[in-house]
Amino acid sequence: MENKTMEKATDPAVEAGLERLTRDRIINTINQVLEKETGARFKTYVETCMRCGLCADACSYFLSNDRDPSYSPAAKVKQTVWEMIDKKGDVSKDFLRRAVHICHLECNVCRRCSMYCPFGIDIAYMMLMVRRICHKLEITPQYIQDTVNSHSVTLNQMWVKEDEWIDTLQWQEEDAREEFENLRIPLDKRGADLMYSVIAPEPKFQAGLIYQAAVMMHAAGMNWTMPSMPGWDNSNMAMYTGDNEISGRIARTFYEKAAELGVKRIVMGECGHAFRSIYDVGNRWVSWGMPPFEVVHALEFYHELLTQGRITIKEKYGKKVTLHDPCNVSRGRGLHDMARRVVNMICDDFVEMTPNREHNYCCGAGGGVINCGPPYKGERMVNNRVKAEQLKATGAEVLIAPCHNCHSGLEDIVHHYELGMEVKFLGDIIFETMDKKVYKGK
Amino acid sequence: MNGFIDFIMGPMVWISFLVFFGGLCWKLAAVIREIRETEPYIFTYLTLFHSLRSIGAWLIPFFPRSTRQQPIFYGISYVFHLALFAVPIFLSAHVVLVEEAFNISWPVLNDGLADLLTVVIIAALVFFGGRRIMVPEIKFLTSAKDFVLLSIVLLPFLTGFLAYHQVVAYRWMTIIHILTGEFMLIIIPFSRLAHMITAPLTRAYTGSEFGNVRHARDW
Ligand code: SF4
Ligand code: SF4
Ligand code: SF4
Repeated sequence: MENKTMEKATDPAVEAGLERLTRDRIINTINQVLEKETGARFKTYVETCMRCGLCADACSYFLSNDRDPSYSPAAKVKQTVWEMIDKKGDVSKDFLRRAVHICHLECNVCRRCSMYCPFGIDIAYMMLMVRRICHKLEITPQYIQDTVNSHSVTLNQMWVKEDEWIDTLQWQEEDAREEFENLRIPLDKRGADLMYSVIAPEPKFQAGLIYQAAVMMHAAGMNWTMPSMPGWDNSNMAMYTGDNEISGRIARTFYEKAAELGVKRIVMGECGHAFRSIYDVGNRWVSWGMPPFEVVHALEFYHELLTQGRITIKEKYGKKVTLHDPCNVSRGRGLHDMARRVVNMICDDFVEMTPNREHNYCCGAGGGVINCGPPYKGERMVNNRVKAEQLKATGAEVLIAPCHNCHSGLEDIVHHYELGMEVKFLGDIIFETMDKKVYKGK
Repeated sequence: MNGFIDFIMGPMVWISFLVFFGGLCWKLAAVIREIRETEPYIFTYLTLFHSLRSIGAWLIPFFPRSTRQQPIFYGISYVFHLALFAVPIFLSAHVVLVEEAFNISWPVLNDGLADLLTVVIIAALVFFGGRRIMVPEIKFLTSAKDFVLLSIVLLPFLTGFLAYHQVVAYRWMTIIHILTGEFMLIIIPFSRLAHMITAPLTRAYTGSEFGNVRHARDW
């Protein structure tokens, strides 16, 4: 944790990108984005900020780095946006190297700081604008750019080919049928009540989660479907790199798939960023004020299944659990109280972490930070010490994280700080504790 | 000399107030026009209820969590902002001037209290300046401009205080007091001091995003 002067990590994509840049291109790109793609809102944020530093205490980066001033939210704006404006875009490559790092790796765009600034200035939005500039300058970190390339080619994040996707679903269905006769994972079922969608890492690495979801759907007797064609992946990394054009394509394909299937609503797996992209961001880019479908996060869906008695819990989970409120479904959708109701319905021994609900600290992985990949993992661990301290203070054995990003980020934290906790999805616990009765359809 | 004094106490007062009010209105109009032209979606998300809810929540002393984490700063800041408006508007010397000119008047602050509040304002400004030097995360954000802004607000109150107590060069103090007061009014719309009008706008938007779209609270 000493070594503050160490060069911040960077990667080949950033370096090669910087190499290619000319002064003209830098100036033109920055000014184009600042003048044409932002407006009154951005300007007002910059002009209204009183440089009072009150947002500092909101940010886990600032707190984890022993209150290093360069990590405060406003400081991130100062070191990027203010200088770009002051110099009218005429900034150096070294400046840009630092700017890429700040906007991609030192901000989870978690919006916690908006709740601490007396004026509600949206620093996350400004950091996303800086990412937009980096995207246009082609200096986006390698790993996250690769996921965007994958989106662009395959419309999913993980280069999952169409046949692989269908194979995976069929394989999960087959496996499940050994235990549950008649279980189906219905593909492209028109007019189903709901379309279930997941992020690409599920079929790629965690197919068991699809299995669990299918068992729940089966037990609850839902009329559901999954799309067999592109549009099944609800994640959207382009939203985090500022590649708005691809981000829009992803969102449009997703909604179109749901429209084609004529479903009544969309149920999303437990992923916070995917939820943000479908509920809050993608819809705006394709010009819908609010999504054209009812978009339900897994957590809301579980709540519904449990309260309607469609799923019953045989025996509550006994271990001591705590709950991480993912920014994108608590601060991003107000689901924190519902999350607690679900946890209490399925677990016996629940302990809060503090701060919690809207005030929870980000897992440190969100906003595309973890997706920037291995070169930056060490930093990520240092930058999120407060999360480790917060987790440790709960004394819980099991940490529930109803978000994929949080899950991976928290697992890293738990290992790095040797917290000895097990990280679980809500779905994992429901699956473990539910009455897996076989639903007999007519 | 008398001509000059007549000018700064006559036409210049008018000019300053015109620039002050006109400038703020222009600023507001410019923001709204720009939103209409380039970001009309902002109106889609803005709701009166959530805007007022958010602004209201932040007006209640020590209600937002951030204000409770920084009680000293916010405590001083609340009192400072109240006094900043109360003293110039309700100072008996000012009200008398208005009464002489327009024959309208309103209740005034007791002189002793006004004097005390002026000291509070000056002390608060010194505090704001001090924390810019002493607290690392604020120092990092601070530039010379911030001290200029603090001084612009400080001067009319400091000189007014000195003039009232007739410590030194009463006549000159009064002149400087008037000039700096006018200067402050003129500069407000064109500087970050315009947060008196833009802050409710940013708060309203954030409040609406949080409340209307994200169903969460922003305090
Ligand atoms: S959005 Fe979150 S991570 Fe980014 S500056 Fe604000 S508090 Fe820190
Ligand atoms: S709290 Fe708000 S006004 Fe103060 S420095 Fe941070 S962003 Fe600027
Ligand atoms: S990964 Fe989880 S905690 Fe982190 S920003 Fe996303 S939702 Fe928030």
